[in-house]
Amino acid sequence: MKRPVTLAAGLAALAGLLMIDALPAQAGPRAFISNERDHTMSVLDMDSLKVIKTIKTGRRPRGITASPDGKLIYLCASDDSRIEVYDSQTMELVKTLRSGPDPELFVLHPSGNPLYIANEDDNMVTVVNVNNNELVAEIPVGVEPEGMGVSPDGKYLVNTSETTNMAHVIDTSNNEIIENILVDSRPRFAQFSHDGKQLWVSSEVGGTVAVVDPATWKIVKKISFKIPGVADEAIQPVGIRLTKDGSKAFVALGPANRVAVIDPKTLEVEKYLLVGQRVWQLGFTPDEKVLVSTNGNSNDVSIIDVASEKVTKSITVGRAPWGVVIVP
Amino acid sequence: MNWMAGAATAARLLSSRFPGSRHGTPALPPSRLLASGMLAAGLSVSCLLGLFAAPPALAQQPASPPLAAKPAATIPPEQTFNIGVVRQIPELPPWVAPLQMPPDDLGIAGAELGIRDNLTSGRFLKLDYKLTTETVPTDGDPLPVAQKLYDAGNRFILLDVPADQLLRISDAMKDSDVILLNVGAPDDRLRQEDCRANVFHIVPSRSMLTDALAQFLITKRWNNWFLMVGRTDADKLYADAVRHSAKKFGGKIVAEKVWDYGPDARATAQSEVPRGTQVGEYDMLIVADELGEFGDILPYNTWLSRPVAGTQGLMPLSWHETMENWAASQLQSRFFKTTKRLMRPLDYQFWEGVVAIGSAGIKTRNSDVKTVRDFMLGPGYDLPVFKGVAATFRGWDHQLRQPIVLAQPTNMVSLSPQEGFLHQVTPLDTLGFDKPETKCKFN
Repeated sequence: MKRPVTLAAGLAALAGLLMIDALPAQAGPRAFISNERDHTMSVLDMDSLKVIKTIKTGRRPRGITASPDGKLIYLCASDDSRIEVYDSQTMELVKTLRSGPDPELFVLHPSGNPLYIANEDDNMVTVVNVNNNELVAEIPVGVEPEGMGVSPDGKYLVNTSETTNMAHVIDTSNNEIIENILVDSRPRFAQFSHDGKQLWVSSEVGGTVAVVDPATWKIVKKISFKIPGVADEAIQPVGIRLTKDGSKAFVALGPANRVAVIDPKTLEVEKYLLVGQRVWQLGFTPDEKVLVSTNGNSNDVSIIDVASEKVTKSITVGRAPWGVVIVP
Repeated sequence: MNWMAGAATAARLLSSRFPGSRHGTPALPPSRLLASGMLAAGLSVSCLLGLFAAPPALAQQPASPPLAAKPAATIPPEQTFNIGVVRQIPELPPWVAPLQMPPDDLGIAGAELGIRDNLTSGRFLKLDYKLTTETVPTDGDPLPVAQKLYDAGNRFILLDVPADQLLRISDAMKDSDVILLNVGAPDDRLRQEDCRANVFHIVPSRSMLTDALAQFLITKRWNNWFLMVGRTDADKLYADAVRHSAKKFGGKIVAEKVWDYGPDARATAQSEVPRGTQVGEYDMLIVADELGEFGDILPYNTWLSRPVAGTQGLMPLSWHETMENWAASQLQSRFFKTTKRLMRPLDYQFWEGVVAIGSAGIKTRNSDVKTVRDFMLGPGYDLPVFKGVAATFRGWDHQLRQPIVLAQPTNMVSLSPQEGFLHQVTPLDTLGFDKPETKCKFN
């Protein structure tokens, strides 16, 4: 009779430990990282830089974002064709939302609603009301829609279609396409500057980032990259982040294993930071002092100090980390 | 068969069933139909624009599409790219392994997907793409069929015909305003001494394939090869390419044999293959058997426990059913959705051929043959082919330079060029005949 008692006691102790583990002092910001190939989300405490929890998610989690107040985490479970919504404090699944087939990447309207979802397999952008899960609209776009950006005033949605090689500009008031901007091959990501005066679009296979003036929807400059010792073909820009003050832009360069630092005023590349393998997406901490890159082939994230432009640490997460969002 | 037949009817049906509203929650979203039904039916661009862009009340008026890119002043009039396909059915081998049984729409299904992809992109720029496919029996003559397609206005013609037929067609159309795209003939001579200015090669040449394999074997330090050659002329050409690759990358052919156990040795493989493969020590058995007469019975029947590569075993290919990376899974799933089967190399090559034109068209926005041709050979051209890097055409022989997949039957193993094989311009030119080695002289 002794053994079961011991086991029970052990379990209780373990449960207690887990409880403590699951609810750390909620001081610092936390990064949520989607791991495409093991169907999990890693939660990284940004103060201790430790993974504090690994959450089992739907299959093939990719795009990830947070509500403006940071309370909800939205995650694309691509192979389950749904959006999962998590409470960022309890780290529990709150609800799921419709997404249309094969959602890859999405963007929230700056007000927090609706959610614009790129349906990679279906040449469509699905617009969903996050409060009641209603389908607001379906917008036909080019082949393999992926990148999604929304202007800071919420008036314009930009979707890139990877095979059509266009950035489609959509008027969010009526969900109509008002402009199609031809960019280089496999446009992956679209990001507006915080003042709304620049739209950045990365082209993975073309190896460039097009900077567009939203006043005219014309390309102002195509930024290209040269890294000594790295073949041009390996330089494949994907994720983009710009600081709120407009002083720095960071571009993840995929299999080049570098993040480029760019001056958004001159649009010149200033520096390349060596990170993990196949760097994919980027995310700032709320104070923008730290940038996190997801490195799909080395199964880790790199921590970048924004002020000194130095990579300070890499942390192992799940298999094939795809996206990252950091909430207070 | 004319693939466009019935499109107008389909358009009428659809536009009356879905009067434009996509702001509610329709029982069956029109865009779903767009992906599966309408584009498959080859709808004209103006219909698409009318259906989806116009406000609900105007949905049935196909006029004035507001989707087109601005500014209006720079838009040329609506352009149509007429793409023809000629596929001559190859002779069937003496036996076909059940898993290799060719589907009826082999290749053609890839061209159809290419048209759908082109249309989805082209509708934003008022570009229309039409496909007409013709199949020629094994003993038929593809030349008049190609000529007929040209006479019907097709200015871009995909050819899946034997090398000699390709040369006949090319020479007959020497002075015609046409681009021929070779999607089926891997013969090196078509890129070398028998090259033609009006032909672009989508399908990788044999030497690109064997170079891709050789790089992998050298990377693995499996340097000593036993070459087993089939009885057909094509097998001899494949073997030539293997020998050339060995020389180029430092492989050593330590033994060579011609397969002489007849066309169907399935029943006696276990006794005959061990005897036929006693050639001393080697690292890899390389088989040249393009018809598939005996290559598949070699693995596990060899005297020594050595792997098999070449036309069977570990195969260098333009594509494989199990490709997933570099967004390949998206192309695979688009293909599977409509065909309910997996995409084979020939399907992929047809898709590449059609998209090679579409990809140029979206930049030229002009279906004029010379304009498209100049663009395809120019510095601004890059074709995303779901293999990690963009594909482009070699100016000296019009071969599409692209990565080559190495796959065993149930899984992709690697992608060449392998790391470490350097080139002053692009690593892709380590595969096949590079500029300094070319024997091609156009005209």
